[in-house]
Amino acid sequence: MALLGRRRPVAPLEYTRKTWMRLWIAGVMLFLYAPLIVLMVFSFNDSKRNVVWKGFTLKYYEKALNNEGLIEALVNSLTIAALATVFSVILGAMAGLMLWRFRFPFKGSVEGALSLPIIVPEICMGVAMLIFFAKIDWPVGLPWPLNLSAITIAHITFCFPFVALVVRSRMASFNREQEEAAKDLGAGEWQTFRDVLLPHMKPGLVAGALLAFTLSLDDFVITFFTSGPDTVTFPVKVYSMVRFSVTPEVNAASTILIILTIALTALALKLQGVKAIADAH
Amino acid sequence: MSLENWQEHKRPFAAIAGAPLTWLLVFFLVPMAIVWLYSFGQNAGPADIAITGTLDNYKRATEWLYLSIFFKSLAVAALVTLICLIVGFPVAMAITFASDKWRPWLLLGVMLPFWTNLLIRTYALMMVLGGNGYANKALGALWGGASWLRTLVGLQLLDAWSPVQLLYNNFAVVLGLVYVHLPFMVLPLYSALDRLDRSLIEASLDLGAGHLRTLWTIVMPLAAPGIFAGIMITLIPALGAYLTPDLMGGTESQMIANVIERQFKRANDWPFGAALSFLLIYAMFILIALQSLRGRKPAEA
Repeated sequence: MALLGRRRPVAPLEYTRKTWMRLWIAGVMLFLYAPLIVLMVFSFNDSKRNVVWKGFTLKYYEKALNNEGLIEALVNSLTIAALATVFSVILGAMAGLMLWRFRFPFKGSVEGALSLPIIVPEICMGVAMLIFFAKIDWPVGLPWPLNLSAITIAHITFCFPFVALVVRSRMASFNREQEEAAKDLGAGEWQTFRDVLLPHMKPGLVAGALLAFTLSLDDFVITFFTSGPDTVTFPVKVYSMVRFSVTPEVNAASTILIILTIALTALALKLQGVKAIADAH
Repeated sequence: MSLENWQEHKRPFAAIAGAPLTWLLVFFLVPMAIVWLYSFGQNAGPADIAITGTLDNYKRATEWLYLSIFFKSLAVAALVTLICLIVGFPVAMAITFASDKWRPWLLLGVMLPFWTNLLIRTYALMMVLGGNGYANKALGALWGGASWLRTLVGLQLLDAWSPVQLLYNNFAVVLGLVYVHLPFMVLPLYSALDRLDRSLIEASLDLGAGHLRTLWTIVMPLAAPGIFAGIMITLIPALGAYLTPDLMGGTESQMIANVIERQFKRANDWPFGAALSFLLIYAMFILIALQSLRGRKPAEA
């Protein structure tokens, strides 16, 4: 009784303290996470037909790590993601600053064109990349990492408009008087940019970089159309593995990538806090 | 804030505008233009496409076979969006009204899948839905429970449970798309609900309206921009979805993106594939135009 007595009554807006709401949330979280947890748990399962628990093993991790094709695909994916992130952040920051700062003719059309890579369906962009690189006879069979150039270019193209969005919305909170003060005190264009604008832009750049990295690492469709037989990325490799033979090796490789994602998210949280990341979306 | 005129600052403008605009032109607009031109062409040889200005590709694309797949994709995308809205709205409400301690964790809970690789998530769902997967086992257990309950009231036992086919059909495609797109819906809903003035809801409740009535007459209209943003952000990728119908669908659950892919990979009919791609892009533009029309109305009123 004493315990019940101490409980605060549920206020009208405290929806999260209502039982049906809690059940709903629990259901949705179960729906979102149960498959991923099952996948991760069964990567340790000592059975080929991964449906019944047969005992703990790490042999599929050993197999996945010794699967040269898989490792090569993972290295390719990480290389592409890193390159695409660097270029997207530079191009995206420039585009974001341009839209934030200047008035110029056809600005509406330029803005629209910049948001096209975000709206156009992945499949259409994949097709465009396939046709484009075939049309201009983009060299194939170059040594690593040059053979990844076509995929990297495609990834930069769909990543940098996202960075531009994030940077532009970040710059909206910039106080222009700071810039004028810097110029009054004798700073040139470049020095003002480096010491005043850039520090304010930094959280936007970090958010944009994380977004670009995940988008690039995640992409399957556009890569599928741009990649040749000797330039396989991790999602393309997993796709062919899922397509032709479901093995616990895929589970092991997926678990490694999920853990990488969680680590990246944790890093993003440490750098920015959840709220900022939610706003960036 | 006043914007600077580019003519007064030509050098800084050129310094920051040149690279991104050139990139966009060369690696996006030009490829899209080539696809557009190809859609008016025809195969002139094994690796040669002649742009003849023919409309045959579009004529073929509007044949019932392809048109029906197009409408089906639209129907599937609309259904997925509706389910995401119904499932996601209470989640967004809960995040908005959660205590400060819980809110970041709930948000993180929704966002983490969003950051996880799409292919891995699809594969995980396939594992659960498979013939011997946990979804079937759970259904079997429910069936057994129902059967046992029947014995309590003196009825016959139900027939033994036989696993149902949950994969490689339309059901799997819809479920898979909902699974993938649910976070897309929740986040914009949350950001719209978060901006809402709570005193309005409190006033409505104080004045005697029930929770449902408040939701319908106060919360929904005020959160309408977020709801529409959520709908667009779910509907557009769902309409162009390739991976989920490819891996989880059966032969009868192909969507428009799968048909496009086939023209490029197997059927090797690039001009026809280009025409289908552009029809899909036009459909997107129509959807976006509809949304911006809707968005403008309240401003005029």
